[in-house]
Amino acid sequence: MDEILEILEKDGRASVEDIAKMMRKKPDEVKKAIKKYEKEGAILKYKAVINKDFVKDNESEVRALIEVNIVPQKDLGFDKIAERIYSFPEVTSCYLISGTYDLLVVVEGKNLHTVSNFVAEKLSCLENVRGTATHFLLKKYKEDGVILKRKSENQRIAISY
Amino acid sequence: MQISKVVEKMQPSGIRAFFDLVLGMKEVISLGVGEPDFVTPWQIREAGIYSLEQGFTSYTSNKGLYKLRLGIHRYLKNKFGLEYCPDEEILITVGVSEGLDLVLRAIINPGDKILIPVPSYVSYGPVTELAGGLPVYIDTSKNGFKITPELLRRHIDKKVKAIVLNYPINPTGISYRRKELEEINRVLLKHKILCISDEVYGDLTYDFSHTAFPTLPDAKKGTVYFNGFSKAYAMTGWRVGFACGPKEIIAAMTKIHQYTIMCVSITSQMAAAEALVSGKRSVEQMKREYNRRRQLMTTELNSLGLKCSRPQGAFYIFPSIKSTGLSSMDFSRKLLEEQKVAVVPGTAFGSCCEGYIRISYASSLDNLKEALARIKKFLEKRR
Repeated sequence: MDEILEILEKDGRASVEDIAKMMRKKPDEVKKAIKKYEKEGAILKYKAVINKDFVKDNESEVRALIEVNIVPQKDLGFDKIAERIYSFPEVTSCYLISGTYDLLVVVEGKNLHTVSNFVAEKLSCLENVRGTATHFLLKKYKEDGVILKRKSENQRIAISY
Repeated sequence: MQISKVVEKMQPSGIRAFFDLVLGMKEVISLGVGEPDFVTPWQIREAGIYSLEQGFTSYTSNKGLYKLRLGIHRYLKNKFGLEYCPDEEILITVGVSEGLDLVLRAIINPGDKILIPVPSYVSYGPVTELAGGLPVYIDTSKNGFKITPELLRRHIDKKVKAIVLNYPINPTGISYRRKELEEINRVLLKHKILCISDEVYGDLTYDFSHTAFPTLPDAKKGTVYFNGFSKAYAMTGWRVGFACGPKEIIAAMTKIHQYTIMCVSITSQMAAAEALVSGKRSVEQMKREYNRRRQLMTTELNSLGLKCSRPQGAFYIFPSIKSTGLSSMDFSRKLLEEQKVAVVPGTAFGSCCEGYIRISYASSLDNLKEALARIKKFLEKRR
């Protein structure tokens, strides 16, 4: 992977100037490369990783992982039905999985009730959906490579040879 | 109580006082640290924990765990094509520091001279003196901080027994290419001088591949090679290093080691063995990160008017502060007091380094940028 992407994947706020200095390139070159990635869709968007445990006025939120069994459609396979599912705004992630079920769908809602409603009224009754199993998430420890904990203080002594 | 005379004259006191000043201050951004800012990769820490759970709490063989020596044997063979026998030619030490002490004590007879290119890591001279040898410092500051065959020849006489070579160099970050090392080696071979090669930063070489000294033509029998886990694997606190060399020298070193140390902590050795098995990817990741910081720091320091050449290894950069008219010590002290940024005065690494400071970029990018902004303020006040 291009080093520009590697840097941005770690820190979406890294400035063009800093990236250029880190890679010994001209800022214009870096800018152009980033624009190209954005245009081609390699870079989709930039966002902050928020630990909601530390957000004071956070409205409570419930997440569930739902295993979905599907009857694939002729010529279209899983894609068409996946699209019907992931287009719901309640769905935050959707993956096609190997093994005993087909889609892993992550759903977010205000409370247990909204999530179970979604499963019962929207998801299960879709044609081609053969069955579902819902797992409610109890605690998040790590997400997308980020450990959801306050960083501990650096314990190195301030000066040494 | 009368303290030993050799010990009494060790360590320039000015530097000690400056270090105490830094350690007493709060909220300092430190660019003065000689260790990685990363924590030891988890799989290595986990191996240490697991070994404790399994009840590995005993001594090991004096030479170190066979498993670890075998791992080192394989690492050197794969990386450099170097063959050291794990039974007779490899010794596990408490960091490279202990290894250097051992080799100097093992070879020095009273009055023997040891060549030390300066600037250098701080222990080489004092440890030579403790062993009864005479350190001969070779000032490299006018040669881009590198030793050359001419400089070397100028300092050789019948009493010279060994040279302590270190590359990539702490404090400058400068390293040698293979061709330069070959020239140095030819001089050493001709005069039968032992090469004590401290290559602890070898895995952190950026612009070209690192040459291990014993891989040079005919060099292996006249070299003791040192490396360790501290820098590349971010394992400073575990204290594990190793020495590889001719079996009679390793045997002599092992004699001293068995009386003074017995063996390296078994937990640390277990963790180090795991580092060799699964740590390569982590080393690569850290190296890429250091490399980016290196590029940024070189560009930024030069644009601030603190001239420095682009370092090729380790995580140090050694800018000249001569343009400020301040001495290394004054610059460092004032920068600390006024802007709360800690660096190490160049003079800590040899008196020829007046006018330089050592900056360590083993610190997060945010810290480095904040430190640069403060250094800029500090310099602007003096224009």
